[in-house]
Amino acid sequence: MTDTTRKPGQDGSTGISTVADPLGHADVDADRRDQTFDETPRELLEAGPAAADPSISPVHDEVARHSPVPVVEHHARPSRSADPDHAVASTGSGVKLASISRTGDLLFGGLTKGTAIVLVLLVAFVGIFLLVLALPSILADQDNFLTSRNWQVSGGDLRFGILGLLWTTVLSSVVALVIAVPVAVGVALSLTQYLPKRVAGPVGFLVELLAAVPSIIFGLWGLIVFGPFLGPIGTWIGDVLGFIPLFALVSDPKSTVFVAGIVLAIMILPIITSISKNVFEQTPRDQIEAALALGATRWEVIRTSVLPYGRSGVISASMLGLGRALGETIAVLIILSQPAPGSPFTPSIFAGGETFASKIANNASEFDTPSKTGAYIAAGLVLFVVTFVVNAAARVVADRGVK
Amino acid sequence: MATATAPNDLQGGDAPLSFRKPSGSRTVKNALATVYVTVATVLALIPLVWVLWTVVSKGIGLVLTSTWWLQSQRGITPRREGGGAYHAIVGTLEIGLVCALIAVPLGVLGAIFLVEYARGTKASRVVSFTVDILSGIPSIVAALFVYALVITILGFGRSAIAVSLALVLLMLPVVLRSTEEMLKLVPDSLREASYALGVPKWKTILFVVIPTAFGGISTGVMLGLARVMGETAPLLILVSYAVGINFSPTSSTMASLPTMINSSRDVAPGLPGYDRTWAAALTLIIIVMLLNLVARGIARATKLKEK
Amino acid sequence: MAKRIDAKNVDIYYGAFHAVQDVSLTVEPRTVTAFIGPSGCGKSTFLRTLNRMHEVIPGAYVKGSVTLDGTDLYAQGVDPVAVRRMVGMVFQRPNPFPSMSIFDNVASGLRLNGVKNKGVLSDAVERSLKAANLWNEVKDRLGRAGMGLSGGQQQRLCIARAIAVEPQVLLMDEPCSALDPISTLAIEDLINELKEQFTVVIVTHNMQQAARVSDRTAFFNLAAQGKPGRLIEVGPTDTIFSNPTEKATEDYITGRFG
Repeated sequence: MTDTTRKPGQDGSTGISTVADPLGHADVDADRRDQTFDETPRELLEAGPAAADPSISPVHDEVARHSPVPVVEHHARPSRSADPDHAVASTGSGVKLASISRTGDLLFGGLTKGTAIVLVLLVAFVGIFLLVLALPSILADQDNFLTSRNWQVSGGDLRFGILGLLWTTVLSSVVALVIAVPVAVGVALSLTQYLPKRVAGPVGFLVELLAAVPSIIFGLWGLIVFGPFLGPIGTWIGDVLGFIPLFALVSDPKSTVFVAGIVLAIMILPIITSISKNVFEQTPRDQIEAALALGATRWEVIRTSVLPYGRSGVISASMLGLGRALGETIAVLIILSQPAPGSPFTPSIFAGGETFASKIANNASEFDTPSKTGAYIAAGLVLFVVTFVVNAAARVVADRGVK
Repeated sequence: MATATAPNDLQGGDAPLSFRKPSGSRTVKNALATVYVTVATVLALIPLVWVLWTVVSKGIGLVLTSTWWLQSQRGITPRREGGGAYHAIVGTLEIGLVCALIAVPLGVLGAIFLVEYARGTKASRVVSFTVDILSGIPSIVAALFVYALVITILGFGRSAIAVSLALVLLMLPVVLRSTEEMLKLVPDSLREASYALGVPKWKTILFVVIPTAFGGISTGVMLGLARVMGETAPLLILVSYAVGINFSPTSSTMASLPTMINSSRDVAPGLPGYDRTWAAALTLIIIVMLLNLVARGIARATKLKEK
Repeated sequence: MAKRIDAKNVDIYYGAFHAVQDVSLTVEPRTVTAFIGPSGCGKSTFLRTLNRMHEVIPGAYVKGSVTLDGTDLYAQGVDPVAVRRMVGMVFQRPNPFPSMSIFDNVASGLRLNGVKNKGVLSDAVERSLKAANLWNEVKDRLGRAGMGLSGGQQQRLCIARAIAVEPQVLLMDEPCSALDPISTLAIEDLINELKEQFTVVIVTHNMQQAARVSDRTAFFNLAAQGKPGRLIEVGPTDTIFSNPTEKATEDYITGRFG
């Protein structure tokens, strides 16, 4: 053992190549590689120093041994012999550079890629399946699917349209947005511009905790506690403003679009707050300081620096909140009273009604014939499209804000 | 505060410097703004306190009994006392778990694709866009899709598994996005350090990148799980509520806390069933909040470690 | 253990950007070669082509040849992963794996390359930490997080990690630039010891450091802003610092440089 290059502390019994590469040992190297080893690295080393040529480090062997793919050597240079081992030997060195199996990389990379493809297909399928199952019912529809307010899907004659659902869905979501956005912006401002950090942290945490409350709980609370509380207020507003159709008192004030809208507002508040907070936090410090240096009051700083900077973020957050409100199912289903079949249409927020989601969920037990199911799926499809458009718009606004 | 140093006469000129408050209307506006943000903050906190107070005060009595955690509602009518939520708790956990078993690998692998393999490519934009769509899908639409695929087209019946599949669509984007964010936070220097040791990419990802991001990833998983366990819409469409214990995921009936609440939401106050509704609500909140708190705890603990 | 590197007519591109032009140079085994030059002159970029780390950046490619004891690192069929097992690297900022303990950090290269034997691993860890002059400081807390060490200790930990896989060549990309003077001194001492077993190539901004640690020095420069970096001169460190051939080298070394 003529190695002169031992490291201090090396005792020669480690499994790793501890011996300098003696020139010309590539042949030994080649021999060893042709066999398939089963020794542990330690045994390999005990076979003698020659066997422990560093270029055939156990590391390589381990990989090669478990590899289902034959070890490929490079024959890039035509000047080299076709036999890879001799090719290496002819260079007079034991450097081996192509002995590593890439199976793992191929498999794992393929797996992630496959997952990505599955994801894309999955979303495409959501649209396609809904469309395929909805189309026959839409085609068989005797009414205009988009402009009818009927919903008669039993029996042979299909007469249904989405206008009533669309109205209630949009109205309740708009009520939610009108209430939630100013509050959320106020909270976001107070978290970022007013409250000291050690107060802002817990308050922000509490607001985010609101997002963790399941919607069924909001529904139950809205039905039993909040609706009865809000009822008299609604009645009072209706008494004063009832001459406007939008505020006409129509049905039980405890279970109106008004109540559902406010509960939805509570539910989307955390989303809008947290996104707005994030963009407000990113207002460039120098902009704020520049405004302060000009003698601006705190509010003027907010109006001239923070709000303009965060505007697109707030809009985008509101759209995302709107998307959530449009699709909310159970809270709305529980709170809203369903108008009796055939009752006349009213635009009022003090009326009951059905949204896309609550209509579908409420009638799940009726999915017995394909045409009936198809009608509900058609409603779901419209909801899908509407939320998609709203969410896409949110992205566009957000992306534009970034630029 | 900051305004006190602002001279109200910006022209300056010959007037002596004054360090008085800005002009009246500016001060008023500033004060109004302060009132506005304060009121908004208080308003935002009221519902949380109110909801939690309602649920806790109405539900705590039953939740503190051992029967609540150990018995089902078999043979119990709204007018009868007794029984528990064992069947619904296990159902909720089981449905959530099955969902997580599918959604977590898909979400993590998808995020790895986006960050480690396709960063900045067209493919990543396509996948990213897809995930955006997925995260906007209302739960009822996800449920309808699974209904259309599994029940109408493939001809299976309703089942708890179908619910889990619908929930996968909701959990997947949460897990994927949070994992993606966490992987992006892993410094490239760690990947390079690993490559420089001659470690192949896949091992670098699995044994260096993922462990570094592990805390954040598990936070995302917990938050996603909390979200789907509170979902109700897919349960209404894809499985029937069972009052008894039935833990077979392929059976057409299974209990869960959201549907337990829903099925007894109209029970009149004063009846034993009314209390059970609130107790079920409290149980659901406890489970979901626990998941949230644990998630946050993990996030905080691992963040400190990275510093 | 230590091998010679021959670079011939190396050109490096990042997409359309020509980063380094026509570098030919030989690094002798068991020496320390320092790359010096102004920022952006391509010395770090060139260093990274010696173990194909530049390929981490999409669109980067190399023309010319780099051989390690006669074996072309860029020949077809050569796996960059295999190259990096031969040619290790230490980076500008210490980058221990935050999810791993001190022990696991040093063992990571071997472990991730399939070595499972505990005895082998702990021998390698001890040997590498000793070689990196870190053993005495950490031997009682090998299970603690690597991130808990000081900056200089972290960098020595990274060096230990790099030499644990027993590379032929150790590349160091400004290994002291994030460290205080005392830690820097410790690393420089270490480099002097490492060259007994390894071929060391170090990129540094600090000319005193180059003079202190290296046997040979290569000076890189840019012809002009936006032009590719080039190798101006390479030779024994003494010669480069006392009697350089090129005017640009002298200007740079004496500090008369923009």
